[in-house]
Amino acid sequence: MLYRTAGQFKTSYKSDQALFPIKQDAFLLGIIGLFVLAIFPLTASEFAFQTMLIPVMIYALAALGLNILTGYAGQLSLGTGAFMGVGAYACYKMVTLMPWMNPLVAILLSGVFSAGVGVLFGIPSLRIKGFYLAIATLAAQFFLVWLFEKWAWLYNYNASGAIQVPNLTVFGGYVTGPQADSIVQYYVVLGIVALMTMLCINLTRGNLGRTWKATRDMDIAAELIGINLMKSKLTAFAISSYIVGVAGALYVFMWKGAAEPNLFDIPLSFQVLFIAIIGGLGSVLGNYLGAILIVGLPVVLNLVPATLGLAISSAMVEHLNIMIVGSLIVFFLIVEPHGLNQLWRLIREKLIIWPFPH
Amino acid sequence: MLADIFINPFVDMFAAPDFLMQVLWEGLVSGILYALIALGFVLIFRSSRIFNFAQGIMVVFAALTLVGLHAYGVPAWISVALTLGVMFVLALTIERVVLRPLVGQPDIILFMATIGITLFLIGFGETIFGGENKVMISSELGIPTGDTVMEPFGGLLILQHLDITVVIVATLLVLALLAFLNYTQMGRAIRALGDDHQAALSVGISLQTIWVLVWFIAGIIALVTGIAWGARAGVSFALEVIAYKALPVLMLGGLESITGAIVGGLMIGMLEKLFEIYWGQPLLGGNTETWFAFVLALIVLLFRPQGLFGEKIIERV
Repeated sequence: MLYRTAGQFKTSYKSDQALFPIKQDAFLLGIIGLFVLAIFPLTASEFAFQTMLIPVMIYALAALGLNILTGYAGQLSLGTGAFMGVGAYACYKMVTLMPWMNPLVAILLSGVFSAGVGVLFGIPSLRIKGFYLAIATLAAQFFLVWLFEKWAWLYNYNASGAIQVPNLTVFGGYVTGPQADSIVQYYVVLGIVALMTMLCINLTRGNLGRTWKATRDMDIAAELIGINLMKSKLTAFAISSYIVGVAGALYVFMWKGAAEPNLFDIPLSFQVLFIAIIGGLGSVLGNYLGAILIVGLPVVLNLVPATLGLAISSAMVEHLNIMIVGSLIVFFLIVEPHGLNQLWRLIREKLIIWPFPH
Repeated sequence: MLADIFINPFVDMFAAPDFLMQVLWEGLVSGILYALIALGFVLIFRSSRIFNFAQGIMVVFAALTLVGLHAYGVPAWISVALTLGVMFVLALTIERVVLRPLVGQPDIILFMATIGITLFLIGFGETIFGGENKVMISSELGIPTGDTVMEPFGGLLILQHLDITVVIVATLLVLALLAFLNYTQMGRAIRALGDDHQAALSVGISLQTIWVLVWFIAGIIALVTGIAWGARAGVSFALEVIAYKALPVLMLGGLESITGAIVGGLMIGMLEKLFEIYWGQPLLGGNTETWFAFVLALIVLLFRPQGLFGEKIIERV
């Protein structure tokens, strides 16, 4: 009823392939846009900005990058955390070597470095497949984190071994560092994430995206119909790592404020992988749904004992959290192995044909 | 610079052969433990095509259960038996609750599910036994302490009795496992399932029983590894990192190969120690053990994509 498609005729191929084939989709996106652009930032508290709004978008962006590689091009990667680290360290080096540089430009450029590193570690994918490749990407994970720790030039030789985000301004207003307002950072993150999402939607709908999908579904068959596998796999690694790198720069500059090498260790990679898989491999929307679930769940679980008046130590809450997240992951995989995106697709389909069952 | 890389390390090796032997011995001991964890992986992968990420946490969980039960006043050997019981229940539960509903799903989904199990076991273990470091009950289990000092080439070679015990026990375990797989009905059923799922099912091999059995064997291996590693380094969730070490072993040896797991484990254990002592510490600032095994495996894989002993990959459209 809400999704009645009666009267919406497609008279050309172009309109059938449009981004919003049904008017209600565009309307729904408009409502979400209103919330995200105006209502959330105007009503949110500092706590909500720091625990939900900003991290959800950053994690969703990282998962989107991973999804390009794993979901669209079919190359399983376990090194996302390290590539985020490359983005963050590249951004840090740029703004400290060239303090006049616009921090937004630095953030967008930092992805270029992680794309380069990504292509380098993507080269084995031309020979290695499946789980072997997944373990090969772990080589990137462990090697890069080790490098962040040992290569003192990366953190400007400071004694702590950590990077501190400096106060930087754009048009006279602080956007990074301790003096920046959460609301400003929120809009910066929102702008960059929206830009990247649009880029990804269009990439995956276009020629390159179809090449990736063919490679994912069966690479030998793809090669036989004339797809250059090297180009297809390496562009997937490059674009995926670029987005992951930008997400990493945002992660440190817009959210954490400081970073030690072990921040980019394997738990971060897994967290992003969870988001991508729970959200749905091979989808764009799924990354956002997955990020809301994975980022939001611990926040909600932390609030539960306090609201119920239970006296549980915070260490215990944390242990229970890990346990619940673990079992929920298994639960979601059993209920819907194709992720939250598939769940939304089914609901939407049901809404379109409602009240008829078929 | 070039001399530092290509000449000096070898000169050092020959100058102090006793030290080289000490390094190799320590590499061998950790290599055997890597091989044990990799064996758990290989068994499960062969019989169910599941890449079991939870193997490492099963090691921690088994060791924690053992230490925890003993802390409640249960005698040492009875707690070993009880821990085996716990591992059996765990295998049964995982098969029933997680694996059975996911039969036939893509590999990556099953892989994710084992990561879910990993998180659950971390949280569960920490909730029940606490997250702090514990001491393995080595003396209660009769694991010898002390060391033997030998003097080859006029130098010193110190062999910890604990390490000698680990090597002997692990070798016995591997031999027992190989005998089980080759000479018993159950063992042959596991191998049949590994070769061809459908053919094995059609001659009446029960998938569910075998899966429980395989996960239980992986649990036994986890307990032995947990005791050995716990006696060396204490029992805590930091043990989990050794599970990551088993992954390059798998790559190097091949995901399906039991021989590969053993040879790969020993190779990686010794080579990473050698690299760390002779190249890593003087030239790269140390701590290269975190990544050396992965990079080594990656380089080998570039030349043999199925690992040293893996099944030849034949692809058809």
